[in-house]
Amino acid sequence: MDAALLIDFGSTYTKLTAVDLENEEILATAKDLTTVQTDIMIGFNKAFDKLKEKIDLSNVNFVEKLACSSAAGGLKMIAIGLVPELTAEAAKRAALGAGARILGVYSYELTKHEMDEILSKNPDIILLAGGTDGGNRDCIIHNAKLLAKYIGSVPVVVAGNKNAQEEIEEIFKEAGVYFKITENVMPRLNQINVEPAREVIREIFMEKIVEAKGMKKAESFVRGILMPTPAAVLKAARVLADGTDKEEGIGELIIIDIGGATTDVHSIASGEPSKAGVTLRGLQEPYAKRTVEGDLGMRVSAVSLWEAAGTRRIKKFVPNTPYEIEDRCRYLQANVNFIPEKEEDVEFDEAMGMVATEMAMERHVGIIESVYTPMGIIYSQVGKDLLNVRYLIGTGGVIVHSQNPKKILSAGKFTMESPNYLKPTNPEILIDKTYILSAMGLLAEKYPDKAIRIMKKYIVKA
Amino acid sequence: MSKTIILGVIGADCHAVGNKILDRAFSDAGFNVINIGVMCSQEEFINAAIETNADAIIVSSLYGHGEIDCRGLREKCEEAGLKDILLYAGGNLVVGKQDWSEVEKRFKEMGFNRVYPPGTSPEIGIKDLKNDLGL
Repeated sequence: MDAALLIDFGSTYTKLTAVDLENEEILATAKDLTTVQTDIMIGFNKAFDKLKEKIDLSNVNFVEKLACSSAAGGLKMIAIGLVPELTAEAAKRAALGAGARILGVYSYELTKHEMDEILSKNPDIILLAGGTDGGNRDCIIHNAKLLAKYIGSVPVVVAGNKNAQEEIEEIFKEAGVYFKITENVMPRLNQINVEPAREVIREIFMEKIVEAKGMKKAESFVRGILMPTPAAVLKAARVLADGTDKEEGIGELIIIDIGGATTDVHSIASGEPSKAGVTLRGLQEPYAKRTVEGDLGMRVSAVSLWEAAGTRRIKKFVPNTPYEIEDRCRYLQANVNFIPEKEEDVEFDEAMGMVATEMAMERHVGIIESVYTPMGIIYSQVGKDLLNVRYLIGTGGVIVHSQNPKKILSAGKFTMESPNYLKPTNPEILIDKTYILSAMGLLAEKYPDKAIRIMKKYIVKA
Repeated sequence: MSKTIILGVIGADCHAVGNKILDRAFSDAGFNVINIGVMCSQEEFINAAIETNADAIIVSSLYGHGEIDCRGLREKCEEAGLKDILLYAGGNLVVGKQDWSEVEKRFKEMGFNRVYPPGTSPEIGIKDLKNDLGL
């Protein structure tokens, strides 16, 4: 039987998914702790042993072995642009969509002080943008010169004003900087173009970052570490929504991935205003958009979740808890491997999941505001209108293992209490029950039709 | 390379028709028009000018609150390093029927290079701009 072995070297767990390519079925999944400190293959082999217990491998032929990784901190990036709301924001979005964790966003001409700060953050890749095509050149060239002087071996992706490219190329070549040049993240004002930069970031991830994180051994076993895990989830979301030439997609959707450290939201939707008479404002939004909330998580970020939400907001979802909210969050942050079993613990985790969902969605979706003018009320929209998105898909530990995933995800729906947030009004809620989204993103690289059909089969109604 | 201008309607003003006409007229005259549309804040004009390295900012206002909306724009441009950028304004800039020379004087004091009364044809602005930019 021809099968694919899909591997996710996660920050905590290495997860394996074996897929029967002929019958388009999940054969088995298995996981074990990621061992990046010693040798990443130790954890992999342990997980593989578990997989062998579940399926008889004697008649399984793995024709594909593909992997994604967020081990060793994932892909850490710095984004540099010119104006904070414009090219700096566009650069940030490109990096997020490539599956990176953003360590910092910088704008205008960098200072030496900021340069030191960037170096101290130890990024894997720096994305350098600034200026529209034909626009400002001085700023990006100043920043390129500063980077050339101090950055050492950190790879730089240049995605700024095309009229500055050649000069930057010379500056970097002379200084021996490893760099790649691609299309501008903002070729015209307010128009964003993040895909080419995302692609180049991924190339560098495969070439350099995987090696730097001690995963070279894994590379010899698998076909290659294709991308950071969040990029694989976004890829899965995209093929599931859009479909392919042969296989129809399910249409516009949102994926909420609630993890221990962050809550990621992916939306595949145009986000155009759904109501007449609304004017759009601000930077154009990417069709495939990813936001990451580093302060909303179930364990590692439990305290920051409490700080961001406040006691009352959490209490709203779990009014009768015996725990003191702050203490409990501190406890969970200190015990990252805690698995809830008692009813009150399960309830508390669900409440945290709901708060994370509610807040991450508020920060992801567009906001509509009424402006009073001499001509009457006018509505202006900033960001994506996701009111009519049909599917809300949940993934991540708390969702996959919960008895009440629908309850948790419902916190991401539109409410009349805060009508300004353009969240989906009545989406169908689906659950990534077998935890296959990142694996399907990998599979979709080569077998998009199969990936879609498998997702349609395994991502089920809550 | 052609000269870049930022075009937009300031404040809470949503008059889009004149904005489209100006866009067309200035584009046809050979300018690289960056049209930021209606209901734009001063900051949006300035941010657009920085990113695109613009030569002029052309502000439209039709709803009578232009004077309030435009106040401080020159100072903010200075602050943002847009030293020699040309600032033009035109439309129904003030409330009621006021003496035009007074209005023009006030706008010039606010740092605007050119100010146009209601009903000015775009050709006049284009001619002035070419002049001011030495084209």
